[in-house]
Order: sequence, then C-alpha cells, then structure tokens
Amino acid sequence: MYGSDFPGEDAPGGLLGEVEAAEAALRSAAARDREVAGPDTDLADHFAEIVAADQKIEPRDWMPEAYRRTLIRQIAQHAHSEIIGMQPEGNWISRAPSLKRKAILLAKVQDEAGHGLYLYAAAETLGISRDELVDMLLEGRQKYSSIFNYPTLTWADVGAIGWLVDGAAIVNQVPLCRCSYGPYARAMIRVCKEESFHQRQGYEILHTLAHGTPAQQAMAQDAVDRWWYPSLAMFGPPDGDSTHSARSMAWKIKRFSNDELRQRFVDMCVGQAEVLGLTIPDPELRWNDERQAYDFTQPDYAELMRVISGDGPCNRQRMDHRRRAHHEGAWVREAAAAYAAKQASREKVAA
Amino acid sequence: MTEHTPLWEVFVRARRGLAHSHVGSLHAPDAELALRHARDLYTRRQEGVSIWVVPASAITASSPDEKDAFFDPAADKVYRHPTFYDVPEGVAHL
Ligand SMILES: [Fe+2]
Ligand SMILES: [Fe+2]
Repeated sequence: MYGSDFPGEDAPGGLLGEVEAAEAALRSAAARDREVAGPDTDLADHFAEIVAADQKIEPRDWMPEAYRRTLIRQIAQHAHSEIIGMQPEGNWISRAPSLKRKAILLAKVQDEAGHGLYLYAAAETLGISRDELVDMLLEGRQKYSSIFNYPTLTWADVGAIGWLVDGAAIVNQVPLCRCSYGPYARAMIRVCKEESFHQRQGYEILHTLAHGTPAQQAMAQDAVDRWWYPSLAMFGPPDGDSTHSARSMAWKIKRFSNDELRQRFVDMCVGQAEVLGLTIPDPELRWNDERQAYDFTQPDYAELMRVISGDGPCNRQRMDHRRRAHHEGAWVREAAAAYAAKQASREKVAA
Repeated sequence: MTEHTPLWEVFVRARRGLAHSHVGSLHAPDAELALRHARDLYTRRQEGVSIWVVPASAITASSPDEKDAFFDPAADKVYRHPTFYDVPEGVAHL
C-alpha cells in the first residue's frame, strides 16, 4: 500500500507519517541556500558543513574514504539481506492457503527483490560494481541480516515475519530515510513506503489465524514464540558492544542507537499483540512508569553472534540456494548478452 | 561469468504534465530489457506513465570540483530574475 495514496490513513502520525516527514525534510533542505564551495574551501570542511546543515552528500561530492567504505558496507549488507530475505517466505508461495494469499505473498517477495536492487543501485553510486557486490555475498565476505537464517516451519510464520520482521525492519529503516547520503536516503524512502504493506499483510494473516480454530490459534502463538527474540536481535548488539556506532551517528548515517530502536519496537508491539490476542513470550514484559516504556528481556546476544558468524539453523541452506540460483541463471544472462551483441552488430551493418 | 552487464539510468514521468525525473539505475544487456526491468523495478505501484532508460556511459556530468568556475557565469546575472526590476506603482499585468 502506498501511503500517500490513502489520505487520512496513518496521517499525520505513525511510521508512514515519519517517512513522509523525512521526504519533506529532504526537499526543504535541498531548497535552502548553501554556500557553494569556493576554490580555496577545504573539501573536508565543506563535507562537514553539508552534513551539519542536514543536507545531502551526493555521489560526485568529495567524502572521507571511511565514510564511503562504511556506506558501501552498510548498504551492501542491507541489499544482501533483502535478497536472501526472499527465501524464508518464498518457501510458502506454492503452499499459501488461498489464491489471494498466494498473490499477496508473491507481490511481497517481489518487493523484497526490488528493495535489494534499489539498494545495490545506491551502493554502486559509491564506486563499487554490482559484480563485486554479488561476489562478496556469494563468497561469504559480506553478511546479511541474521534473521533470515531461521526456518519458516508453518504458514503462521509468514504472518509472524510480516508483523515482526518487517516491523522491526521498518523501525530500523525509517530513520535511514534521513541519512546524510542522498541515494541511500532516497532508496530508503521508497523502501519504507512499500514495507508498510508487508507489515500489514503479516498482521492480517496472524489476526485471521488468532481468531480461527484452536489449532490455528496455537499455530499463530507458536510462530510468535519462535520469531519474537530473533526479531529483537535484528537491532544488533546492545549499545555498549556496538562498534562504529558513534562515528556513524556523527556522520548522520545512523540517527538512533540499537537499544533506542529496540525499545521503540517493543513499545509498539505490545498493544498490537493485545489486539491479536496473542502473548509475547516474555514473562518480564511490563510497563515501567518511571521510564515511560516497557521493561523486557533482552534477546540472547551470544546466539546472535553465533548466527551471524555462520552457525544458525539455515545459514548453509540459504547460501547454497543463493549460489545455485546464481549459477543456474548464468545461461539466461549469457543468452541475453549474446542477443544484445547480435542486435548491436546488425544495427551497425544496417547503418 | 560474462563481462559486465551495462548500467542504465532510469527516468520516470510520474504523471502527465510533469517532467521525467531520475529514480535510480539498473543493469540490463540492451535497451529493450532495460525498459522492461525499469517497469518491474520502479513502477510496480503505478508510479509512472512514461519511462526513459539511458546508458549510464552516455551521460556526461559536470564535476563538483569545477563547480564554481562552471556555474559562475550564472551568479552575476541577477537581471535574469524578474525580482531584479522595480515596477512603478499602479502598473498591472506585468
Ligand atoms: Fe524489504
Ligand atoms: Fe519487507
């Protein structure tokens, strides 16, 4: 669902409202006058001024080498996550319980492919090629989000992924709409608008199951039980252990800490779980009046580290599948390239 | 693997009456496939009524390093803007 096409819904608040506010801020920052760098302006100062003024750094601007490298790593890993993230849900396309659910799931998984491609395109503006990025994924030199290394055992998992995994991704990604690097910020605005459909379709699946037969209710609860903590872990290690965070904040790549975003996610989910009639599997979960936030049990960060380093339930399966799909698609790429070359040489002859 | 698949820049006209604007890029072996990929990638939700694809290698861009000298000629011609002129009081339709 495209936010701006449905006036009244979610406006002015909600996450979609925040995405639109980020888009408006991007436009108004672009409209503000900025000192044009004179021939004697120090390039590093100029970069710092643009970032301080909340304006955007664009591909051909000078930027510190570490800023470029940080962005390439972050955007590439984000892109890889979207691509690998198609697998757990793709697992259920052929077994969706109705034609309607199948059509929706197909559209959702296709969106994830699109997100991966917007992000690869944004990474390429930083001077790295698509082939290098793909190789780094296939050779395991770059990571993807740990969450996609968990299996989808039942149809309810598709609901839990939409609600919790896409939900956590949105909380993570909405602040990235204000990232200082223009192509990344613009890609994230696009992605976030599409994500809200993902989250709602998942929530609807769970809502339907949770109001169905006792067996369907149990299936929905089981899915939430298994996906809750891995979803909390998606925000990364606790602030104390998070490397690079401070620098990324100073560069305005990152706007909030891992723990702040995790808290925001928990606070959003509690009310949503109540409406579902499902229980968040955390006996310590309770409102803290002093903090004006929920207290909750942290995910197992040792498990997070194990899964990231390759030892999750499905790491090997995900990578094998991705490599196989890449190799089995080689003949299509070769045929298309041969056809293009033949057409080009014919045009030359005709000219 | 085959040699690099060419990069294309994609421009979309969102609605009649608006100019095409840049939305991103993609890889495709030829123009026809680039157009089809652009449709699937950038207009899945009716975001456009027309698409241009341009080989990225065909674009010549001004360099930010020469920004001053390059855009300078425009800086000292304030008389190109209507606000430069004093309009005597009482003049209408101007
Ligand atoms: Fe996505
Ligand atoms: Fe998604």
